[in-house]
Amino acid sequence: MIGVLKALWLVLLHSGHRRDTVQYPEQEPYLPPRWRGRIVLSRDPDGVERCVACYLCAAACPVDCIALQKGEDETGRWFPEFFRINFSRCIFCGLCEEACPTYAIQLTPDFEMCEHDRRDLVYEKEDLLISGPGKYPDYSFWHVSGKAIGGKEKGEALHEQAPADVRRLRP
Amino acid sequence: MTGPAATLTQIVAIFVAVLTSAALLTWAERRLLGLWQDRYGPNRVGPFGLLQPLADVIKLLMKEDFVPPAADKTVYVMAPMVVMSTGLIAFAVVPFAPGVGISDLSVGLLFFLAITGLTVYGIVLGGWASNSKYSLLGGLRGAAQMISYEVFLGLALMGVVLLAGSFDLRTIVEAQRGLWFIVPQLSGFLLFLIAGVAELHRLPFDLPEAENELVAGYHTEYSSMKFGMFFVGEYVGMILLGAMTTTLFLGGWLGPVLPPLLWFVLKTALLVVFLVLLRAALPRPRYDQLMALGWKVLLPLALLNLVVTGGFVVASAASAGGAA
Repeated sequence: MIGVLKALWLVLLHSGHRRDTVQYPEQEPYLPPRWRGRIVLSRDPDGVERCVACYLCAAACPVDCIALQKGEDETGRWFPEFFRINFSRCIFCGLCEEACPTYAIQLTPDFEMCEHDRRDLVYEKEDLLISGPGKYPDYSFWHVSGKAIGGKEKGEALHEQAPADVRRLRP
Repeated sequence: MTGPAATLTQIVAIFVAVLTSAALLTWAERRLLGLWQDRYGPNRVGPFGLLQPLADVIKLLMKEDFVPPAADKTVYVMAPMVVMSTGLIAFAVVPFAPGVGISDLSVGLLFFLAITGLTVYGIVLGGWASNSKYSLLGGLRGAAQMISYEVFLGLALMGVVLLAGSFDLRTIVEAQRGLWFIVPQLSGFLLFLIAGVAELHRLPFDLPEAENELVAGYHTEYSSMKFGMFFVGEYVGMILLGAMTTTLFLGGWLGPVLPPLLWFVLKTALLVVFLVLLRAALPRPRYDQLMALGWKVLLPLALLNLVVTGGFVVASAASAGGAA
């Protein structure tokens, strides 16, 4: 009996509480920077697309919504000939972002991507590519990877060391 | 203003007023529940979401009016009508204010009890005619619950009848001119309110519907406006319970300064808000707990209340007679 009255009183007290609802279209909810929303493909600081078409994202994707095809340019760099994300399948788990060795694929705090037609949710590379480096402004895979590409041998890039001679004992 | 024309006007006015407030109550209840759950409730359709009932009605009318092939069609169609019409008929005896009210029956209180007793037919027949196990279980629960609680719904009121010395609702209101019956009949008031909520099968006593056990109980198979009629019937019942409690325990239209009708509406509204608060705060009891509460606690209390009140009335009559 006392419990019943106490419950009534506690609920009545909520008349004075602030409402938790965010009035969405007028009032935008705060989304933290690491919020997992719309997926983008970023570029490195030189403005070249970061993706090296290693297929790790497609392999990591639990719903198989990423499809791409590796291509190779005249300097020996790999790049995706096409890169397709089917957002009607995507579950925004972020595993592709974790798998990516070049920070190319990133999830952004944006969820407003509704479409009337399901086919419009298939994003091609030109829909996914952004003009900037996204969350990692200074990172460039080709400057640290130690891979020989056209015009640059191993260890010649800005943040690379010359390759060690594995047949010598001295460090 | 007397005669059949005046009565007809009052009937139409009260009918429209009750149905409108029942519709608004669906909105008000959702807003209040929202307030107590720290959210907004419907606030988009019209100012403050006031047109939400209209949108709901349009939606309900657009829905397919489905009758299950296995259902007993006649009874299936009748059941929601019974629920809604009994709720509305009971308003015939509610004394809103001096001069406002459809009928001044000398047995108004008995009429109210008789008509609300008929509501159970809507529930049982609806549950039976749907030919579905959830509906049937809801209907069975409804039958047992409503018939049990009707017993002391009536018994709780007998204290009021003893004090006022009449079944006429206007006489009962006038008898509260000195002191509202909620003071001498506090236990009767509480018993009546609990029994009323059970009779309405509102939360926390919504076992006939119990959506997390029985889908939607007796109205599982109902759709479109047939479901709407069950729904409106429930809200009409809420207003009726508020109005009757006001009449019997809170002095009806009596009150200072403000016009009588406004007093009546205010008290009724307050009680209805309290009913919503009950829904917001209390969990549903188990079925055996409900039955145990009814027969082992509330019924003895109602009888005790009746005996004590009767003894008091007899004693005061005897002392008054002795003095004279």
